[in-house]
Amino acid sequence: MADNLDHDHVHDHDRDHVAVPVDCEQALAEIYTYLDGELTDEKRSLIAGHLEGCNPCIEVYDFEAELRVVISTRARNETVPESLRLRISEKLTLFMRGEITGTDAESSIGQPPAPDA
Amino acid sequence: MPALYAAALRMTRNPSDAEDLVQETYLKAFRSFGGFEQGTNLRAWLYRILTNTFINSYRSKKRRPAETELDEGEDLHLYRRLGGLEAVLASRSAEDELMDWFTDAEVKQALEALPDNFRIPVLLADVEGFSYKEIAEMLDIPIGTVMSRLHRGRKSLQKQLYEFALARGLTGRSAVPAESD
Repeated sequence: MADNLDHDHVHDHDRDHVAVPVDCEQALAEIYTYLDGELTDEKRSLIAGHLEGCNPCIEVYDFEAELRVVISTRARNETVPESLRLRISEKLTLFMRGEITGTDAESSIGQPPAPDA
Repeated sequence: MPALYAAALRMTRNPSDAEDLVQETYLKAFRSFGGFEQGTNLRAWLYRILTNTFINSYRSKKRRPAETELDEGEDLHLYRRLGGLEAVLASRSAEDELMDWFTDAEVKQALEALPDNFRIPVLLADVEGFSYKEIAEMLDIPIGTVMSRLHRGRKSLQKQLYEFALARGLTGRSAVPAESD
């Protein structure tokens, strides 16, 4: 019956994947997608399987993972100016009272010096 | 607010525009909060407003070119460029190590050197941790485009970091600062 055929198919499918482990080149080609957590479960476990048994590749992975932490930590290390906190809380208070709309507060980000000049 | 402000700084590359951008983002968010769909990610929604505000007001007012290409350099990871780290990895915690290699200013400068269309995906993925799908929605581009921009943006970012490492003499010998032993 159809049910049996489906089962056979699934088993063949599984066997195929177990039989084709990824090599270093394939693992490294997917290393960012792996790190990003964006691989399918199937591919993810193949890469994880390779990393588990391959020291050179796990070192690359560790390096990339740590570099990600360095970039994220370093790039986010900013202190919000107190003046900005005040400015925003004042604007939001006005906004809540209905004295301004969101568009009134359109800023001058990157505005050209004089539009009509 | 610190993360949002930091992201605004990396986008606009200057404190005055970053402050305006954050303020505008908050006001837009408040104004359109009614349009926020329950069950969607609040943080992603806020960053979407931030990103769109940056792209629409900053980029159009400055009349910047919307797209810039990056040179297709050779595909070398920073890891390989730095010549392998076996000795370093063996001697100390690699995490302490790598964190000490680059200053805040160097990482920020390396990121900010990327053209907008590469910088924003890299910022959203590597600094803010958004998924390809979330970034594709924020920027209104296909997921495949997100992936290729990340690929090239990261490569360029690593190249810039390597230049910093090179300039500080961290390559070719132990990267461990002198006081470590």
